[in-house]
Order: sequence, then C-alpha cells, then structure tokens
Amino acid sequence: MNHEELDASLDSFGDALASATRVTPGNALRPEDIAVAGAKPSDEVAQYALHLGDDALILAQRLSHWISRAPEIEEDIALGNIALDVLGHARSFLTYAGLAWDKSEDDLAYWREEEDFTSLQIVEQPNGHFGVTIMRQLIISIYQHLLYSKLLESTDETIAAICAKAVKEVDYHRDHSAAWTIRLGQGTEESAAKMRHALEVLWPYTGEMFQDEELHRTLGDVAVLPSTLREAWEKEITDVLAEAGLEIPKSGMAMAHGRVGEHSEHLGFILAEMQVLARKHPGASW
Amino acid sequence: MTNAEELFSIAAKVTDPEIPVLSIADLGILREVNANEDGSVQVIITPTYSGCPAMDVITQDLYLAFGEAGIEKVDVKLVLTPAWSTDWMTEDGKRKLEEYGIAPPTGTGHSGRVTLGISVKCPRCHSLNTRELARFASTSCKALYTCKDCLEPFDYFKVLS
Repeated sequence: MNHEELDASLDSFGDALASATRVTPGNALRPEDIAVAGAKPSDEVAQYALHLGDDALILAQRLSHWISRAPEIEEDIALGNIALDVLGHARSFLTYAGLAWDKSEDDLAYWREEEDFTSLQIVEQPNGHFGVTIMRQLIISIYQHLLYSKLLESTDETIAAICAKAVKEVDYHRDHSAAWTIRLGQGTEESAAKMRHALEVLWPYTGEMFQDEELHRTLGDVAVLPSTLREAWEKEITDVLAEAGLEIPKSGMAMAHGRVGEHSEHLGFILAEMQVLARKHPGASW
Repeated sequence: MTNAEELFSIAAKVTDPEIPVLSIADLGILREVNANEDGSVQVIITPTYSGCPAMDVITQDLYLAFGEAGIEKVDVKLVLTPAWSTDWMTEDGKRKLEEYGIAPPTGTGHSGRVTLGISVKCPRCHSLNTRELARFASTSCKALYTCKDCLEPFDYFKVLS
C-alpha cells in the first residue's frame, strides 16, 4: 500500500472526532473508547468528570515543564512519565465529560477560557524549585490515590473504570514523591529548608481539596464527598512528613474556589501556552 | 482455521512499537477481534498505562495489518475495563522479553515505599544481585535496574497488579 492509498483507507476508518492533536485520523479518543457501553453522562456527572479531568490536565501541563530541566536524567524521565500518566487520566475524564455536551477532549482543553476551568488551585501553583514540585506532587498524589480508590465504587461505571486504571499509576507517583520528600527532608540543612519552604507555600491551597460542593451532594454515590477524604489524607501526609523530619505549617488557608472558575493569576499563563497552537491554527492536525 | 481465529491471528501479529519482540497478544492488550456481518472487523484493545502513546501507533499498525490482508474496514476500539495488569502478559511474552534484554515482571508488585518484591533477575547474566536505579524509565511500563555482578544496566517491565 502506498501513502496515498494508506491515507485514503485511513480516512474511511471510523468516525473520529475532529481533533487538533490527532496525528492521523482516528487518534483522538472517542467517547465510545472511554464510556462504558452506551453510557452518556448526565450534565452533573459530566461536570464532575470535568473537575477530575481539569485537575489532571493542569497538573500534567505543570509537570511536563520539568522535561529537560530536572536535576538529574532519572528525575527528568520520572517527572515526564508522571506527567504522561496524569495527561492520560485527563484525556479519559475530559472525553467522557465532553460526551454530555458533544465536545471532544480537544474542544475542552483548547477552547475553554480560564474561568471555565474547574481545577483546584493547588495544581496551577508554579513549579518553583524542585522541592516545591515534589511537595505539590506529594499533596496531590496522596489525595488522588484516596479519591480514585473510593471512586472504584462510584455508581457511574465509566468513572469507576477510569479510576481503576488511574489508581495504580497514582500509587507509583505517591511513592515517588514520598521517597523524595523523605530524602530531601532528611538531607542537608539546605534541602530541609527548601522542603519547609515548599510546605509553607503550598499548604494554604490544601484546604480547597476538601471543600464539598452542591454538585457532590447532588451526585450521591457517583461522587465522593471531598470532606470525607480529609482525615485519611492528613494521616498519610503527616506520616510521610514526620519521617522526613518536617512539620505541618501553621499557615492559614487560602481563599480558593477553582471549582467555580476562580483561579490564581497562574492559570492564565498556563493556558496561554497550552492553547496557543490550537487557537492559532484551528483544526490543524499534525 | 476458522475465520475468527484467522482474524485474531492477523491482529496478534502487530507488535508493540517500543518492544518489537512482543506482539500485542503476548502483552495481553489485545482483548477481542470480532467479525461484523457487513464484513468489517472490530478489534478491542486496552492500554497498559492511561497515557501510553504506543496505543496510537498500535491502532495504525492494526489498520495496516488488516489492510494487507485485504480487510479495509476496521474499527479499533479501546476499552479501559477490566484494567490491564502485568498478569495479562503471557508466559511466552515474558520469555521473549527476557531474551530481548528486558527483565519480565516478577512477584506481586511493590508494597509501599519499601520494596519487598522478589529480586529482579538480570536478563544478561541471570544474577539476582541487582538494584533499582529509577522506578520510571524509558517508557511508563518500565523501571531502570542495574546488575551488581555484570554491571550492566537493564530495563525491568515493572509489575502493575
């Protein structure tokens, strides 16, 4: 088969959604790849999937900035791998959410404005020094591990299926950030000071992770009420921090309402970079 | 050979782009191949890791493999459930991995920060005196190890249970 024939035959395959990222037709995730047979999420379920997907998407975008910049090659690869896993979760959640509104993962990632993003403010916080990135990852991966573990029992089969995949991967992310936290906390005077700084900077944003919204109550057993994760999360992170010789700071909580589209100034810059290519060349594929 | 077996064997010839000695059947990511009444074929695959970029290449390779066999209408469907684990890899697949120089998954996975798994065997000299250099390596599904006897670094296909 020559290239023209191949292109022609690829064009005939499936009804792939128009995608700004597809390499060739068919590479965008299709709703039927993600949704459990015939499932179409209600508006509320889609909104919840959007929350989970936006957290993962913005975190993946932040993490991928470390590629070629990490302190050592192994870490470069590790952070790149973690970013890739998390991006995979985002693609699944966004594809599922989009099914309710007839939108593709790319529509949701590239064509929404800052105030349409429902991600938690912790994931948009700057990478800072390596310690800040590791601390952010520790905070969020312990959280995601608890959340996804509970969502295995979600009455929405698709959300449960995405989480069944994601939870195994997040387990590795959690181990990785815990191992670094302990190593840096117990390391030199300087590395310990940097980890204390990371905690001070990030801790205020942890409160938002446990805020219950009306949506969670409406969804009942589809979702997990964030406040119910708090006790287990605090125990787990306190154990890691104790082993690292670090303490939970006494700083207050930041006012954060990322779920309703209120973000810190950082999100706009993240989106500008993430969305520029798709917006400059609408409909382009490469 | 029945038609269903033939179709399955066409799909099973497609190899993993990162580990070309392993077919997608060896890897356990090929779930089903179904013949539809209109002559088209449906292939069901599942990703190893959520973000695995190899899925795109595998999808294209499936189109090509069926195209060469004269079947033009192929629908490659991805399923997430039941989630793939390294238990889906065939014994034959594990043997091929080792011959290729990648240690196959052993034991039942990691247990927290202290790894209490079975020692990973060096695929070159078969020594069990090895250590993990990095849990994340060239692809999501591998970790980087080094052998303390022959001193060679090697990839280990890590356990995902």
